Amino acid sequence: MFKLLIDHDSRGFGWTILVLAALVPISLLLSASVGSIPIDWGAVFETIRTGHPSVDYTIVFELRFPRSASALVVGASLALAGLLMQALLKNPLADPYVLGTSGGAAVFALTTMLLGFTHQSVSAAAAVGAVLSLALVIFLSRDAGGWSSTRLLLTGIVVASGWGALISFLLSISQDGQIQGMLFWLMGDVRNGGPGFVHCLVLFSVLAFSLFSSRDLNLLVAGTFKAESLGVHTLRLRFAILIGAGLLTAVAVTLAGAIGFVGLVVPHMMRLIMGSDHRRLIPACLMMGGSLLVITEMLARTVLGPRQLPVGVITAFVGVPLFLYLLRRGSRQETV
Amino acid sequence: MTLLHADRIEAGVGNVAACRDLELSLEAGTVWSILGRNGIGKTTLLLTLAGLKPLKGGQICLDGRSLDQLSRRARARKIGLLFQHPEIQFPTTVGETVMSGRHPWIERWRDSSERDQLIVDQELERVGLQGFGNRSLSSLSGGERRRVELAALAAQQTEMVFMDEPVNHLDLHFQTHLMKDFLADCRAKGRAVMMVMHDVNLAVRFSDHLLLLFGDGETTQGPVDLIASEENLSRLYQHQLHRYPAGNEFFFYPA
Repeated sequence: MFKLLIDHDSRGFGWTILVLAALVPISLLLSASVGSIPIDWGAVFETIRTGHPSVDYTIVFELRFPRSASALVVGASLALAGLLMQALLKNPLADPYVLGTSGGAAVFALTTMLLGFTHQSVSAAAAVGAVLSLALVIFLSRDAGGWSSTRLLLTGIVVASGWGALISFLLSISQDGQIQGMLFWLMGDVRNGGPGFVHCLVLFSVLAFSLFSSRDLNLLVAGTFKAESLGVHTLRLRFAILIGAGLLTAVAVTLAGAIGFVGLVVPHMMRLIMGSDHRRLIPACLMMGGSLLVITEMLARTVLGPRQLPVGVITAFVGVPLFLYLLRRGSRQETV
Repeated sequence: MTLLHADRIEAGVGNVAACRDLELSLEAGTVWSILGRNGIGKTTLLLTLAGLKPLKGGQICLDGRSLDQLSRRARARKIGLLFQHPEIQFPTTVGETVMSGRHPWIERWRDSSERDQLIVDQELERVGLQGFGNRSLSSLSGGERRRVELAALAAQQTEMVFMDEPVNHLDLHFQTHLMKDFLADCRAKGRAVMMVMHDVNLAVRFSDHLLLLFGDGETTQGPVDLIASEENLSRLYQHQLHRYPAGNEFFFYPA
């Protein structure tokens, strides 16, 4: 499979992937060691090696590591979802948060929570909400010639604010005891407890599909007719992307609430480094997205420690300026 | 040898018909031009013939089999398309773009072979862009991009080549030289070419058959010598055209 990923003309790509692959364990170790009670790397290694019950062991394996693992899965899912949505919509500004996909997942999840349902049903509801919301935006912003940037973003923003209003409504009718948890969840909070089997299964299934379709994705961004004329079943591919991106968003939302802009920032960064070939972008975005969120989660609990910030706040601090910059650069290209 | 046969087909958008009951045989080694006024449905007809838009009536056959029974991959190995307005949203290189033409020939889990790379290099050289492989597509001029697309189309190595306004953005030099070389190569390899043209004189000069779309589904077709008359073309553009001799050939000039 590695042969598939590396092209003749890209000696630099191998190095980039190696660096990214190293970044994942490094970010996990860093996250395990840094915090309100610092544990140096040696002690972290020692704990992992011996596995003896100790204070360090409890902090690393019961508090920090599950959160980091969640952050890893959430970051990877969001980055891949963003990449897939950008290919689907042929627009580098698409992102689960900006287009309201996360909002749709959150509304469906919160509703089931309020109705008193448990974990699995909440996740399933989030998945339904995400896919429905994305389908709605695509359906509404489509015109004869495909999707125009402006119309897509406007529709996405309006749908997102619609979900926002529904969320406020749900919060205002909920019980006092539930509100704080729900609010934190919404702001993007990687909670305690690691990712479940289903979350990982979804991530790996969509990853396998994306790698399998990576050359088709390269053609899809060059235009639907163009891809079709080169033998791509575009209808099936686009439908699969819709479901895949929706499911990934649901994974991220059920694990950590609505965290914005990871799906925007990571693919953009990776494109700058290695171009637009999805065979390279998919593994790169996965690793970068994962380790980026692990580090962000670590920052969220240390910057103003022991006070914990919601992770979504930090990603927004980075994401908003970048989004505005991209929007401005994009509009300049259109006018020239 | 007939590569494609359209059997009483109807194509169009909404209620507007580009052609009705069109009977057309695309023979190996021939070059066709589709002519007609703006918005008459030239592109729609081209995309329909290529199997990318649904037929409104009739049937299209390749080797005695219906076009819609062919798998997408098999179709992409037979029919190649050059689009009028290519979209570039994400940065891509010249080499990657030309290599996309090899897509129907590369197995899903395989990478491009050395032979694919050789074809890409040859085609780039043929359009005068050798050594441009690693250049970003957005750094090229409109005409250079058009040549990259032509190279990608040639790299697809299909028996039928459909082009929507191939001379768009090309300067005079490439309009004549490239089209001449490209079409001569197609003829020599027994490929059939179907192109939508805006310039009557280029169409008359480079193709051997014409298909005129008059609107409302009405069409006429045949060898250039028979079809390219003052009467037909004046009716086609709803404007008087005069035919002037130029050496052994002739050209049309609007009154």
